[in-house]
Amino acid sequence: MQNLCLKSGLMRPAFASVLVLALTHASVAGVLPDDRSDILYHLYDGGGVTIDGPSLLVRKQVAQNISLVGNYYVDMVTSASIDVVTTASPYTEERKQWSLGMDYLHRNTTLSVAYTSSVESDFDATTYSFSVSQDMFGDLTTLTLTYALGDDVVGRSDDETFARDNTRQHYGIGLTQILTRNLITTLNVETITDEGFLNNPYRSVRYADPDSPVGYSFEPELYPNTRTSNAVGLRARYFLPYRAAVQTEYRYFTDTWDIESHTAAISYIHPMDDWTFTVKYRWHDQTGAHFYQDLFSRSEATSFRGRDKEMGPLTSQTIKLAASYEFLSSGWRFIDRASVNFSIDLLTVDYHDFRDLRADALVGEEPLYALEADIVQLFFSIWY
Amino acid sequence: MKARSISRILASLAMLGFLSACGSVEPWVKPYDRDRLADSIMFLDGDPVSSAYLHHVYEAREGARGGEGSAGGGCGCN
Repeated sequence: MQNLCLKSGLMRPAFASVLVLALTHASVAGVLPDDRSDILYHLYDGGGVTIDGPSLLVRKQVAQNISLVGNYYVDMVTSASIDVVTTASPYTEERKQWSLGMDYLHRNTTLSVAYTSSVESDFDATTYSFSVSQDMFGDLTTLTLTYALGDDVVGRSDDETFARDNTRQHYGIGLTQILTRNLITTLNVETITDEGFLNNPYRSVRYADPDSPVGYSFEPELYPNTRTSNAVGLRARYFLPYRAAVQTEYRYFTDTWDIESHTAAISYIHPMDDWTFTVKYRWHDQTGAHFYQDLFSRSEATSFRGRDKEMGPLTSQTIKLAASYEFLSSGWRFIDRASVNFSIDLLTVDYHDFRDLRADALVGEEPLYALEADIVQLFFSIWY
Repeated sequence: MKARSISRILASLAMLGFLSACGSVEPWVKPYDRDRLADSIMFLDGDPVSSAYLHHVYEAREGARGGEGSAGGGCGCN
């Protein structure tokens, strides 16, 4: 067993989610985003991993046509995941991320720029993003073009001289369309390219080894140096006759590593006086990367090899329950209104080719691993 | 190479012409008919901090990424 930490994927700054936050209002051209502040506590608990921390967002209009936004986000991790207990040692870690962005409005056009920096002990990530949104056809249509460039430096906690670079580029087109007085839809097409050191420097793959007492051994994983992915997402939200809303979502994803996925979700939003309740079901199914195997036939059996279970075939399901309470609706001092929000997402992931090595079974016949996690969010929002 | 450049220019001009032509499209949902779309329950992403966090979780737990983009929703009529 290696005496190394093995970072949870949740620690890594997720490129697309960085863009979601930094350019979150890019698709609402014609008006600047509302001035608001949010403070959120998040908790992920499942599979031996606990990650929690705060996220603070402040947005303020500073001139007639300019709005600034800042975000500070922290992940505090305690991990004894299935990967860690079978190939490495439990660890604690902290990741801090901050973002600054600016929106500039000129008539029906909004220009947005953002900078995001994420720092942890062995991984630094920097992202520069730019988008332009244009309202068209009497504000029924909003077209958004997005470009972002990410630079990562991957290190190792046990080797100060180890440093590998990644460059990531994102190209996005978003189209938000009002179809009827009750229906709004949005289409997003995104291409992301990666080049550099893309595997986890700690993670190992498993291969059959007759000389080992347990019948298998581990060796470092080795990923291709490039990856290009394409995703198309469609969302539609419909206003029901009795003041409630239903939203449907679908996303198709494919990449050059042969991962192909379908994601679908349906939500129901029901307001009741000052309360708003949301129920959501999400389903995701994916194939595995071409270089992924739970058990390789021998050492260095293939040119590229990985055993990151998120790169393997899996099906995940999530049930979300959320409640929001709005108060100070008539304002108080500089505050226009405020809300407190609580949500829990119950996530289950069934891995179709990732076996639980803690079980006492023949090599390659261990039971398949499954994950259950609770994702909790509590946050306050104020508008001013 | 030259033919490809010309094709791109022609395609760009065609797209520009298409958009210009569409500029005269009459909005079929009038501003005074957008009260329901302006309701907060119709915002596609009313809580950006929360949705960014969940995107982060899903990106870490699944092999897919992107395509869930940002969208404010509402009618843009405030």
